[in-house]
Amino acid sequence: MAVYAALVQPFVEFGFMRRALVACLALSLGCGPVGVLLVLRRMSLVGDALSHAVLPGAAIGFMVAGLSLVVMSLGGFIAGLAVAVLSGFVARVTPQREDASFAAFYLISLALGVMIVSTHGSNVDLMHVLFGTILAVDDASLLLVVSIATLTLVVLAVIGRGLVAECFDPAFLRSVGGPGAAVHLAFLALVVLNLVAGFHALGTLMAVGLMMLPAAAARFWAGEVATLAVTSSAIALAAGYTGLLLSYHADLPSGPAIILVAGGVYAVSVAAGPRGSLRTRFLPRRHLEA
Amino acid sequence: MSASIALHDLTLGYDRHPAVHHLSGRFMPGSLTAVVGPNGSGKSTLLKGLAGLLAPLEGRLERSGLQPADIAYLPQQADIDRSFPISVMETVLLGHWRRVGLFRALTRAQYRQAEEAMEAVGLAGFAGRPVASLSAGQFQRVLFARMLLQDCPVILLDEPFTAIDTRTTSDLLAVVARWHGERRIVIAVLHDLDQVRAHFPDSLLIAREPIAWGPSADVLRPENLFRARQMAEAWDDRAEPCRRSAG
Repeated sequence: MAVYAALVQPFVEFGFMRRALVACLALSLGCGPVGVLLVLRRMSLVGDALSHAVLPGAAIGFMVAGLSLVVMSLGGFIAGLAVAVLSGFVARVTPQREDASFAAFYLISLALGVMIVSTHGSNVDLMHVLFGTILAVDDASLLLVVSIATLTLVVLAVIGRGLVAECFDPAFLRSVGGPGAAVHLAFLALVVLNLVAGFHALGTLMAVGLMMLPAAAARFWAGEVATLAVTSSAIALAAGYTGLLLSYHADLPSGPAIILVAGGVYAVSVAAGPRGSLRTRFLPRRHLEA
Repeated sequence: MSASIALHDLTLGYDRHPAVHHLSGRFMPGSLTAVVGPNGSGKSTLLKGLAGLLAPLEGRLERSGLQPADIAYLPQQADIDRSFPISVMETVLLGHWRRVGLFRALTRAQYRQAEEAMEAVGLAGFAGRPVASLSAGQFQRVLFARMLLQDCPVILLDEPFTAIDTRTTSDLLAVVARWHGERRIVIAVLHDLDQVRAHFPDSLLIAREPIAWGPSADVLRPENLFRARQMAEAWDDRAEPCRRSAG
């Protein structure tokens, strides 16, 4: 019964824990595959950049409509997408690479966001946007997070083939007239959407953690796009569940607890995963016949 | 297949500096042409121009009866992420893109064609292998298999056999010969002149400008090759506008 009390009872007893768990499940389903694709496209840090880029939009939304879920989300989405599109535009029409243009635009966006929040809001608001409140997820934000996860999976199913082709051999896709740019843009929109979903629960600082850490860890367990995505989602969900329990029992802030558990899974994966981990490098098994 | 590509006083280059200039002539239907010349003579630039990836600085490129996607182009260093988790079969199947696009399902016949293409390039049994596990030569075979599926009337190959062993080269030359037999236009940048003489009926020798274009035996004569070697490689920052340009 002690096990039940530790692992299950908090979710049975408290509605806020249940909603937090469902939010984690939805976030994991969306962020898992998106994070894997970011890693495969060598855009791991773009997720980070976009998570900061969301801030001014959310802040302006807050200025206009107060703590309104819809307006803040919309603002965050527009700001994030604007940074993605502008960075992509500069990278396509000038010799500058996309990593540099992303850095430039997200820094501008972040500074703008901090400026707006510090002149028009209180520290409490800033803390809410930066750190989120997964234990205060209400039905409306739960609905938003679940809708974004659903949309993400549907869109990924639709553009999956193009994404793989664009990532593997972009010049070929262009040469056969494939919709490379459109697919890329749709994917970036999905990244921003999932970060917006994440920031309600985890804040802009932590949202990207649930996207990148499980994806980075999955690489040590799986070797195909589909299995990587499933592994990544499973790790994210496990981190969400464990992190919530940790934060409940040890009275820790839930967002960082979830991300730190994901970080722990990443560390274990690097050390001992079956594919390319430190273990396989330093304790190799006998080589095969052929 | 009756497509042809005509060059009218074509100049290709970067930032107004020509990589190759004043090129005129025609790649006839069913022709198999080797493009030869020293390093920096503009061979790769010419192929990029033919593939439609580089707009001419001056002159015209006339691709009669050809859509951009009718041209299969194998770049010298393809911008391919070979660590990407994709199998040989999936890579070869990309050659069907124009027919299946983003949404359509692959038919059984299309799978069968992919298997045949893999057999044709000597990759039978490799279908499930991850691309990351292949050697350079095996990967080149994969790209040839993909081009077989692309089924294009024009095929451009930029140094397809560099760093490729003799067995792979002879297998892939057989594929090139098959394309030639199917009356496609095949244009390949090559360095091995014996290979060119043995397998390529026509040659275009360039050294930043045309030296000779015609039957390989005529083009690859010592006096032409000597002229090609005299080519000035320097990129002059203060070069005057080319006086040969009309107007």
